[in-house]
Amino acid sequence: MAESARNAVLAAIERATHQVRDADPAAAHDALTRGYRQRGGASLPECLERLEERLEDYGVRVTRTTADGLPAAVAAWVAERGVQRWVVPPGVPEVWLSSVRGVEAIADDAGPRELDGADAVVTSCAVAVAETGSIVLDAGPGQGRRAATLVPDVHLCVVPASLVVELVPEAVAGLADAVTGGRPLTWISGPSATSDIELVRVAGVHGPRTLAVLLVEDA
Amino acid sequence: MSGASDRVPLPYLREAAVALRDTQQRRNLATATTTIRAKRAAVTAEMPDWEALRVAGAAIKAHTLANLGHYLERLEERVMAAGGHVHWARGAREANDLVRGLVRGTGAREVIKVKSMTTDEIGLNRALAEDGVRAIETDLAELIVQLAGEAPSHILVPAIHKNRAEIRTLFLRAFGIAPSDLSDDPAELAGAARRYLRERFLATGVAVSGANFAVAETGSVCVVESEGNGRMCTTLPHTLISVMGIEKVLPRWRDLEVFLQLLPRSSTAERMNPYTSFWTGVHDGDGPRAFHLVLLDNGRSRTLSDDVGRETLRCIRCSACLNVCPVYERVGGHAYGSVYPGPIGAILNPQLRDVERDEALPYASTLCGACFEVCPVAIDIPRILVELRHRTVERKRERSPLPYGSAEDAAMVGAAKVFARWSRYEAAQRLGRLGQGPFVRDGAIRSLPGPLAGWSAVRDLRALPRQTFREWWRARGAGGGATPGEHEGEARDG
Repeated sequence: MAESARNAVLAAIERATHQVRDADPAAAHDALTRGYRQRGGASLPECLERLEERLEDYGVRVTRTTADGLPAAVAAWVAERGVQRWVVPPGVPEVWLSSVRGVEAIADDAGPRELDGADAVVTSCAVAVAETGSIVLDAGPGQGRRAATLVPDVHLCVVPASLVVELVPEAVAGLADAVTGGRPLTWISGPSATSDIELVRVAGVHGPRTLAVLLVEDA
Repeated sequence: MSGASDRVPLPYLREAAVALRDTQQRRNLATATTTIRAKRAAVTAEMPDWEALRVAGAAIKAHTLANLGHYLERLEERVMAAGGHVHWARGAREANDLVRGLVRGTGAREVIKVKSMTTDEIGLNRALAEDGVRAIETDLAELIVQLAGEAPSHILVPAIHKNRAEIRTLFLRAFGIAPSDLSDDPAELAGAARRYLRERFLATGVAVSGANFAVAETGSVCVVESEGNGRMCTTLPHTLISVMGIEKVLPRWRDLEVFLQLLPRSSTAERMNPYTSFWTGVHDGDGPRAFHLVLLDNGRSRTLSDDVGRETLRCIRCSACLNVCPVYERVGGHAYGSVYPGPIGAILNPQLRDVERDEALPYASTLCGACFEVCPVAIDIPRILVELRHRTVERKRERSPLPYGSAEDAAMVGAAKVFARWSRYEAAQRLGRLGQGPFVRDGAIRSLPGPLAGWSAVRDLRALPRQTFREWWRARGAGGGATPGEHEGEARDG
């Protein structure tokens, strides 16, 4: 029965489109006009500034730091938030956390209930988009399983400046290998939010209610 | 869903008449649509290449739909290669039976759901309930309308017709919270929903979602959302079932660079929505262990057979057309009698469903063109509305037992004769003045008898004046001298 439904749908599509479909869809797709911006023209400092501004627009706290200052910045953030247990996925560089003391680390493959008991999660990212204030996780090193960046209430993301691009098409191009390789992607633009009640934006419905970004200017 | 949402909607015109009297809904809608219109205008204006993105979006969709069979077969192949299962459904019943079977196989008594118009379209929640399976809507707005026993009234903000006080009342009852513990502050209301749903996310093994996009080249499926309930549902359960209309496929990964820009700015009027998830089949040790993709036809392949239908199917369900529509703003979503309301619903439903009830929908428009202007994939909705009106007229003509076509045709032929000669026109005015007497109240005709009753049921007509301008002009030339103002006053009194 499943097979017959498949054939019936495909046959109906064929009847509907046989006069308009392309002999070579790949070539026709290549020929589509893309008149929009593919590459941005902003300098790196301009990109960082825009990323910071757009993230703050979503209610994200952005702290600028340097590679040398990062361990102290992470430790200061942990102390300020009072983090006691957090999720540290494999691949987060040890040096980032080298100044953090007395915080219990939970593996990112913990069950959902254990993740629910964590105060925070710390990750890296694959790419960040200045124009839209977006951070993308592609399950690469230091980014964790998807549940690990979802269940804890606070997400601290370290964004090296070298991973910041200006436009969405630049980020999409950079993620092609991850997607082709079958890795899951999560695009994050600010904390979880809803505008379902009278269109009032409320931060924090089901995902982390707080997203904090440490922007590393020389990394 | 239960209760009111199961009720068969009345024809559009009757529903609209009821909705127009709901002043609370009209206030809520006016506030919401006005706010979002202004925000959308701002975030699209800041993009120097917005028009180029629209053109590219339209071209990619048109290309995909022309080659839909090719891309669906590729998608199927890629999803299966990545460890997922692909199922095909010709109609709503077949899709529901498929999902019911899959859920039964897991033994689950509850499933969590991400807001999905496609599963609303096929009535999946009701079908699951027949097996005693409870479907829990996890999108805040969908949860609100589910608790109210209603149907969504807006594509993007399904509870747009409810204000905070009404929502608080629903939550107090459903979550068993004491009135003193919950105010009507939106943040507090959202917090109550978070606590209620968190336990379900952690404990439920099966999730059902829709899909915003799927990539034929890679087999990746995409859900675009704000609250994180989409991430919860596509990540935590062991089994994920996604129901997707066949028109949602895109050829290549690269095409997302266009749609990830068009969709959020057009729908929530944000530069980017908070969360967008992509997954490809199953991922070892990360997320569901079983993934099922159900590809739904349900009238889409039939719609695909002409250019008007293919253009309609470009829709990415952003809801920008609803927010700019003067008709939608006044009647709200329920009057359209479908999960697809507003201008897009007025062209999508009559083609997807092919039922007589939807014949009135293409008339639910002033043809002002605002919907076309904001559509991110440049669907020329006004042109399609006119074409569908034409089809309705043709069908009525075929159904009519009268030799000259429908009663409307006869009236039009008569009107053409009357308007062709001034003498006939003036005679008709004099006749009308005599004949209208019993139907005029307060200077307006609100209902007419016989074959005209249907026409006047939704239109108020100003009564014919006691003296027309031309009569006044002639009388004036002949030394009459009354001013028009006096006559207008008389007409109003009549």
